[in-house]
Amino acid sequence: MPQSDGGLARNVRGRGGRGDTAFRVTLTALAAIIPLLFVALVGQLLWSAWPAIRAFGARFLFSSTWDPVAGIYGAGPMIFGTLYSSVIALVLAVPLAIGVSIFLTEFAPVWLRRPVGTLVELLAAIPSVVYGLWGIFVLIPLLRTYVLPPLQAVLGWTPLFSGTFFGNSMLAAGILLAVMILPYISSVSREVLAAVPPSQREAALALGATRWEAVWSAVLPYARSGLIGAVVLGLGRALGETMAVVMVIGNRHDLSLSLVDPGYTMAAIIANEFNEATGLQRAALFEIGLVLFGVTVAVNALARLLVWRVARDSAAGSAAL
Amino acid sequence: MRTTTLLRTLAAATVTLLAACSGQKQVVLLNGAGATFPNIIYQKWITDYNSANPGVELNYQSIGSGGGIQQFTDGTVDFGASDAPMGDEEIAAVNGNVLHIPMVLGAVVPTYNLPGVTEAVRFTPETLAAIYLGQVTRWNDIRLRSSNPGVTLPDQEIVVVHRSDGSGTSYIWTEFLSTLSSEWAAKVGKGKSVNWPVGIGGRGNEGVSAAVQQTPGSIGYVELGYAMINKMPVGAIRNHDGNFVTPDLSTVSAAAAGAMAALGSDTDFRISLINAAGERTYPVASFTWLLVHRENADSAKAAALVRYIWWALTQGQQAAEALGYAPLPAEILPLVEAHLRTVTANGSAVWSGPATK
Repeated sequence: MPQSDGGLARNVRGRGGRGDTAFRVTLTALAAIIPLLFVALVGQLLWSAWPAIRAFGARFLFSSTWDPVAGIYGAGPMIFGTLYSSVIALVLAVPLAIGVSIFLTEFAPVWLRRPVGTLVELLAAIPSVVYGLWGIFVLIPLLRTYVLPPLQAVLGWTPLFSGTFFGNSMLAAGILLAVMILPYISSVSREVLAAVPPSQREAALALGATRWEAVWSAVLPYARSGLIGAVVLGLGRALGETMAVVMVIGNRHDLSLSLVDPGYTMAAIIANEFNEATGLQRAALFEIGLVLFGVTVAVNALARLLVWRVARDSAAGSAAL
Repeated sequence: MRTTTLLRTLAAATVTLLAACSGQKQVVLLNGAGATFPNIIYQKWITDYNSANPGVELNYQSIGSGGGIQQFTDGTVDFGASDAPMGDEEIAAVNGNVLHIPMVLGAVVPTYNLPGVTEAVRFTPETLAAIYLGQVTRWNDIRLRSSNPGVTLPDQEIVVVHRSDGSGTSYIWTEFLSTLSSEWAAKVGKGKSVNWPVGIGGRGNEGVSAAVQQTPGSIGYVELGYAMINKMPVGAIRNHDGNFVTPDLSTVSAAAAGAMAALGSDTDFRISLINAAGERTYPVASFTWLLVHRENADSAKAAALVRYIWWALTQGQQAAEALGYAPLPAEILPLVEAHLRTVTANGSAVWSGPATK
């Protein structure tokens, strides 16, 4: 529709107009919904978890007994398992994901970039229960037959690989999680690397750097805070992943460093026991939800801090130059 | 333009729908929720019954026994369903206003992965408890060898698999172990989820069966119907009379018949079929119950529900075997009938027996 200049000017000038007020109020209300939801969520979790909080206090976080028959609940193994499986996933996924992104943005021929990038991102479209099935029927037999025997022969004496491998294990969960968070980390880090100004590379290359040196010394440091953001996104996803983990982790309340031992995560026990839980058990599961929520918030806060510090350091570094 | 047409069509459809609804005679709507184990047969019954009785519309949500008891207690459903009977505290929470009606029988069976062993492995209850306590750790343990004469059991580590989710299946299994092993009763006890001394947890029957099928040397427990449909190897268990009995629909039905002796006319059906007497009785069986209110406010609903239950207990039982459930023995019907007659609405009985239509 054609609009005259006069109409436009009137719209711009009419700051106190009723339309603007309504618009502002609506947006404010909409924006307020999110923090309100947050508060309501925490409130509900606290309310429902209260019987367990009162019964067990701080012991809940450290105790490793989970006995619904006796009515004793402790979340230690689940908190540990959540963090441990996520760390395993990060250790496996981060080098791979960032490697893929570097390859795709720096080295791959242009015609290859899009198909490979899309394929990696397609991993995110697979439902997690399908990952779980793949874990049970492909990954675990593969680990049992081909990976663990030689690995245990060499590294069996270390605490990481001691014990008998039954299949369902921390290792299986970690590998599965790594595959699941790979697309998140790699697609974000690809965007980040693509956003690095060409002048960075060109400057390094002009100084006589090889392409590898240019990536290592000019591109990656520039993209550092963005890459950390990508890793945190992956970590957040690993912490909360439920279904696939339930299916391969073994669901055992044990604190063990060994990767071949079964373990448990917070999300997994909620998924497993909530349906049939009543009374104190239900409250304990709510408290686990609260702890999981707290861990996720803490990890995000830590990541923010890290990104902020890295950004400040690199700003200081540039200033020093 | 297109939007207007769409809106008009929608409006027209809504009007038609509303007219259809209001035009129909009053339909009695009955909502139920609870146990997942009988879900398949409950859905089959409901589909058959709804189509034969247009005046009644039944719905059943398989949210788990615990959820079923919860919703029944909260009054958000018209009937509940559970694989484990309500405890005395739970019954007190509904002021005793509940009837447990047994609907079909379920059984929990041991399944294992022993390449090369073709015979059904025979377990004594004591050995099973010892395996699940982590005391018998190898398949060629003397306790297993002595109950399996002539079978070559491999020198292999036993990998114990249990359910990771809270379930009636675990309840029945741990009730069995608790009943027959005082050590199990003292150390672990019975429940929908317990503190398992050893083993790995699989989610659902499918999770346990996947773990067992994938892990040589493993032992797990699943519902009988699930094992039958998936043709899994199942073990025989020594029963009350000292015979090793392989689980099947007839040996499970025999468990209810065997427990009949203990059922007086004043029973509330909250009885255990664990280790019931009888030569051919499989010892790890259980009823699955519907939970209904004894006193009701809505007589139309109460009457419709009781009629449906009676139909399921008589004609409905014929569907059981094909779906992997063991039907109730006929001897129990008069007892259930007497209980259903006690259902009242506003003080008067809603059902006077099978003759009433």
